[in-house]
Amino acid sequence: MGFGNLELITLQQYWWIIISLLGGLFVFIMFVQGGQTLIDKLSENETEKTMLINSIGRKWELGFTTLVLFGGALFAAFPLFYATSFGGAYWVWLSILFCFIIQAVSYEFRTKPNNFLGQKTYEFFLKINGNIGTFLLGVAISTFFSGSEFIVDSNNFVDWQNPLRGLEALLNPYNYLLGFSLVFLAKISGALYFINNIDYEKIREKAVNSIKINMLLFLFFFLGFMLWILTKDGYAISENSFIVIERFKYLQNFIDMPFVLAMFLIGVLMVIIAVFVTITFKKTCCIKTGGIGIVLTVMAVLLNVGLNNTAYYPSTTDLQSSLTIMNSSGSHYTLMTMSYVSLMVPFVLAYITYAWYSMDRVKITKEEIESKDSHNY
Amino acid sequence: MEEHLVDWSRAQFALTAMYHWIFVPLTLGLGFIVAIMETIYVKTNDEFWKKTTKFWMGLFAINFAIGVATGIIMEFEFGTNWANYSWFVGDIFGAPLAIEGILAFFMESTFFAVMFFGWNKVSKGFHLLSTWLVAIGSNLSALWILVANGWMQYPVGMTFNPDTVRNEMNNFWDVLLSPVAISKFLHTIGSGYVLASLFVVGVSAWYLLKKRDILFAKKSMIIGATFGLITSIFLILSGDESAHQVALKQPMKLAAMEGLYEGEKDAGIVAIGILNPTKTITNDEEPFIFEFTVPYALSFLGYHDINAYVPGIKDLVYGNKEQGIISTQEKMIKGKIAVEALESYKEAKKVKDEEKMAQAKVILDENMKYFGYGHIKNIEDVVPPVALSFYSFHIMVALGTWFTLLFAIVLFFLSKRDIMKYPIILKLALWSIPLGYIASEAGWVVAEVGRQPWAIQDLMPVGIAATKIATTNVMISFFIFAILFTVLLIAEIKIMTKQIKIGPNGGH
Repeated sequence: MGFGNLELITLQQYWWIIISLLGGLFVFIMFVQGGQTLIDKLSENETEKTMLINSIGRKWELGFTTLVLFGGALFAAFPLFYATSFGGAYWVWLSILFCFIIQAVSYEFRTKPNNFLGQKTYEFFLKINGNIGTFLLGVAISTFFSGSEFIVDSNNFVDWQNPLRGLEALLNPYNYLLGFSLVFLAKISGALYFINNIDYEKIREKAVNSIKINMLLFLFFFLGFMLWILTKDGYAISENSFIVIERFKYLQNFIDMPFVLAMFLIGVLMVIIAVFVTITFKKTCCIKTGGIGIVLTVMAVLLNVGLNNTAYYPSTTDLQSSLTIMNSSGSHYTLMTMSYVSLMVPFVLAYITYAWYSMDRVKITKEEIESKDSHNY
Repeated sequence: MEEHLVDWSRAQFALTAMYHWIFVPLTLGLGFIVAIMETIYVKTNDEFWKKTTKFWMGLFAINFAIGVATGIIMEFEFGTNWANYSWFVGDIFGAPLAIEGILAFFMESTFFAVMFFGWNKVSKGFHLLSTWLVAIGSNLSALWILVANGWMQYPVGMTFNPDTVRNEMNNFWDVLLSPVAISKFLHTIGSGYVLASLFVVGVSAWYLLKKRDILFAKKSMIIGATFGLITSIFLILSGDESAHQVALKQPMKLAAMEGLYEGEKDAGIVAIGILNPTKTITNDEEPFIFEFTVPYALSFLGYHDINAYVPGIKDLVYGNKEQGIISTQEKMIKGKIAVEALESYKEAKKVKDEEKMAQAKVILDENMKYFGYGHIKNIEDVVPPVALSFYSFHIMVALGTWFTLLFAIVLFFLSKRDIMKYPIILKLALWSIPLGYIASEAGWVVAEVGRQPWAIQDLMPVGIAATKIATTNVMISFFIFAILFTVLLIAEIKIMTKQIKIGPNGGH
């Protein structure tokens, strides 16, 4: 036994599941991005702001790393997607990357003396990253449902048809639904994280209040997004391997894959419970419940668009150029090799959890941030 | 493809890669130096060493942040600007990048947080382990990306599949353990260790010149210079192996590095030389205005045999029957046959003519080795920029030799004399910091310019590899990167120098 004995399609599905899991983990860890947008709203003075920034500042690199791994895993497992989408939708992806480049320096440089751009600029960078970076990622993922304008030629080289190189996704109002959903979701999880990570009543109170309004906004956009995809035509793979438009394809996928539907419903429910318990009972625990909920929900949405004979990256210009997990994947050998490597993922998750646990056992307090001995952002 | 597109795509990749490389080598080396210092602290329990560790760790963090910032683009840029490349070889090239993420980046980022914020939160032992894991993680990430780069220079472990029109991996271990990849990895991390040592020695020298934080500076200097001397010997050995691999696998690069137009036996190395700027492959002018050659050295460096024949640029372009070197013209013919065979394979497949498919496949396989030459227009196009390769290589080697000497001198004066009385040595050490960066970047110029016009040696020229996109887009993104990275670099240097001025004891 081993991955080598599995059929190609099984490996392709396995890798789509891994990609979906990574996507879910990434959206969960975007609590860092959401938190960045709240640093002014939840603080009254510099010390409080510094507490907030240090709280998420100990996690930002993991989000960054997950994004990088997301890129690398797509390259290895679905190289045609990597080539087509990153090369084609050039400006969307570059814009997202610019938003992350400025994030990476902002924590470390923010309060350092002689930092050239000034503290305000670095905080502004964090907000750009939190709002625009998150929004654009949502828009980019939304094109998995709305489609893009490209042709893949006989060499499998991409020929993007729209001169806006990906920014045309912003001309489709439906894509805004997922963009805004992610922005408000990240704000909710950011607040949940602060409540858990910082032992300071004033911040906790404000965070709870921010969740209330952001939850309403999130539900509005997210329900809009779900309504849109469940009622729209989808891109299906027919029995003779042609890409065809199918009515209610994504709704059908949930019906055909009850396990994915269950994942989705449980995920959404967990997020709602986490928010409800936090608001009503003032509990501080709920980033875990909410976080698992987010991972499950996002995973379910990505599984929906990739599995069950669906074209996950449809081309509206040339239907047959659409990408499926079958026509865009790596070879059997590479997927098998990578599958062995993927066995390391639980080990990696375990040491991350252990390191987090060791660090977060002691909550952030005002005293710690004000102490001279601590390394602060 | 649009005119100049490939030039702008290359310029952008070079810009982003060279900016990224400003920060990486310091991370690779300083990680270990800091780990060594913290180990001394844990062993001796002496607060002095804790303070010393924390100071260098602070500089490490400033550098690390911007290294991460400039690094993320590298993970995506193969797709954004080299989409055709990404498909053609993504089945092999993507794997090391993904493994890098899983095995190395998470290790770095998780334990980085513990290393900085964990001083009072986790045990001493766990903290020390975290510091070591950050150093190991960053070096592991270097392994995987250099395996990927090594593969582009010397593609192994794959076969071409005409159905998917790409190369597919068939032996992971060949890719990982390729001699080019391994020697490249060792040489590159070695350069990082030497640069970080120069940094520690140079910054310490500044304190000594200012006559402040003397004990701290001297102890840091001992660690820096010792680490530097050991690793610069390692750097020389791995450099020798790298050159040997270049001679075997990329003879054109070696010829360009040495400005060698006519091949020769018993070939010497030009130790110092000025190239004749009007010399080209098509004229008979002398290649050098001035040169000083070390006899037999090139034959020895390239082939570990002082009498070996080293092919020149002309041999490799026009062929040399005596030495069994086939001409570029012949390779281009074979390459065109391969490209045409692929087209007829695709045509035959469309009409499901299996016999024709099989015939085309046989022809394709026979000529696949030269597939990339099928896209080359003029025979001279296979010659990389000679001057840039030559000068970069010689600057790198000369500076590398100087650094080895410098570490030895510094160690001698630290142990046998009062180094404070020799400000000239301290100044030399200080001014060698920028030289370290120049040498390190020059090394990458040799590696990447020297292999032009190939994105993948012999299989895909850069012109085919680039994403098809209107050139204006790449020009705009080039300037955004140039401005953004320059602003961040200025900020980094200002912060770093300020932190150094403040010093380990909060300023005097």
